[in-house]
Amino acid sequence: MEQPEQETVTNLPRTETATQEVPMPEPAALRRPDAAAQEPGPEDRVFETDKISIYYGSFRAVTDVTLSIYQNEITAFIGPSGCGKTTVLRTLNRMNDLIPGAHVEGDVRYRGASLYGKDVSPIAVRRRIGMVFQKPNPFPKSIYDNVAYGPRINGEHNKKKLDEIVEQSLRGAALWDEVKDRLGKSGLGLSGGQAQRLCIARTLAVEPDVVLMDEPCSALDPIATGRIEDLMQEIKSKYTIVIVTHNMQQATRVSDRTAFYSVLVNPESDTRTGVLVEYGRTQQIFEDPHDSRTQSYVTGRMG
Amino acid sequence: MAVIAGQQGIDLREPKGWRRTSNRIATFLMVLAFVLVIIPLGFVLFTVIAKGASIISWQFLTGQPIPPNVEPAGVGGLWPAVLGTIEITALATLFAVPLGILGAVYLNEYGGRGWLAALIGFMSDVMTGVPSIVMGLFIFSIWVLHFGYSGLAGAFALGCLMLPVVIRSTDEMLKLVPNSLREGSYALGATKARVTVTVVLPAAIGGIVSGALLAVARAAGETAPLLFTILTVTTANPNVFSGPTTSLPSQIFSNATQPYTGAQDRAWGAALTLIAICFILMIAARIVTARFSRYSR
Repeated sequence: MEQPEQETVTNLPRTETATQEVPMPEPAALRRPDAAAQEPGPEDRVFETDKISIYYGSFRAVTDVTLSIYQNEITAFIGPSGCGKTTVLRTLNRMNDLIPGAHVEGDVRYRGASLYGKDVSPIAVRRRIGMVFQKPNPFPKSIYDNVAYGPRINGEHNKKKLDEIVEQSLRGAALWDEVKDRLGKSGLGLSGGQAQRLCIARTLAVEPDVVLMDEPCSALDPIATGRIEDLMQEIKSKYTIVIVTHNMQQATRVSDRTAFYSVLVNPESDTRTGVLVEYGRTQQIFEDPHDSRTQSYVTGRMG
Repeated sequence: MAVIAGQQGIDLREPKGWRRTSNRIATFLMVLAFVLVIIPLGFVLFTVIAKGASIISWQFLTGQPIPPNVEPAGVGGLWPAVLGTIEITALATLFAVPLGILGAVYLNEYGGRGWLAALIGFMSDVMTGVPSIVMGLFIFSIWVLHFGYSGLAGAFALGCLMLPVVIRSTDEMLKLVPNSLREGSYALGATKARVTVTVVLPAAIGGIVSGALLAVARAAGETAPLLFTILTVTTANPNVFSGPTTSLPSQIFSNATQPYTGAQDRAWGAALTLIAICFILMIAARIVTARFSRYSR
């Protein structure tokens, strides 16, 4: 069986500092007894990317990303700004199609099927792979209509069923108790944390297979952040979650696996290209990083 | 005077000098500009109401025919013009507003940065600058010469005038819809048409209606494009699709240029009626828009 811990990008040069031991206090959250209990097999791979490069026009934003994302796990993408975490995330549900000139080179597989195949409809892709954005973006509709939006566009118009879906999704997003008496009120009237949970409920309402989260807590206070992190733990048994985060504590708290991205600067053309530096179990990335850049980053000495 | 200066010479007052002076000058200029804008508007409204209010009566609004110019005020009524204006403007709105909104949706949501969208956007801007009388002559030559005078021809001319205004204002409103809303909808598996109809247009509806209304109000007051398209008659023509008809602006034009006081009074009355119709329209549209956009705040 393949050992996913060793999925680090090996073709990148390692520097000597990688071997120097830096004593690191073990975060309490990392002491999970089940951390290495069962390794997922190849059949649990939800996404597999094979040396993909992502371009905006002729500008290569990210290059050489090879990783596998496993079912019912939370995978965190970390790294400094501009390293392409979000770009890679948006590639996983073809959100980048909306940006003129964006294209992908290399194979992205979703449950064995090529995501960028000729007959693949981005609409069908996004119905299975939902996304929660950095800034809460509730529609200017009622709370109810926000959650019912996805089921409705998928053809569900039965009022009773919709009521059920709305309640379940709002419960799933831990928002039901706060909004159950004002479902008819505008979704824009909610606080930042509530709005973000509404957006999560909206995503859960279409019963996706994967939920992609692009820095979902960056605009939220620690309490709202805690709620969303708890929520991620609760729903991970049903969904596969990929989260981009700038908050390394968050990555250690919630994720099973972590991918560290960094920026390669080409001094001649002054272009910056994102690369995947290291990918593995979160515990390994934070406690025993194989690459010196990962180590500098997770210990706070860089970026 | 109260002492504001506190300990150790702390002074929280706005510092004297150029910054304070420039601030006051700018404030003064803004107030002045506002007053200058409001003065002509106030005079126009005041004059029209002062001279027109005494003319307006139920008989004036619903009676007909429009009397000959020499007749004193109080004879006949302007119903043919009121009816004509409502019919022609409504028809023109029916042509221009849906077409204009769809055009703007194409420019913004579908055309992208393609050459066709750029061309349409440019041509629409050029069309805004076409004098209204030229638009009337255009419809005269391609429609009236073949099918005769009618309210329909007038509506075509007014519609052509409204179209670029609707396109431009809708376009601007659609640009203001944050992309994050579109992405939120796309991320749920919505098609482009769905995103446009269920998220983008509702989010922009307030501004779109405002822009469309400005176009309608402008068209309702146009005289020149109607001169060659509807003729000007004195009896009501309920059939908007055929036969010459008349409108309030046409009546203002033909009555106000007369030496007879009765005709002049009728022109003032028609002017007030026209302003009132636009005013009612604006208020009605505001109410409708408020209903549509009740979730946008």
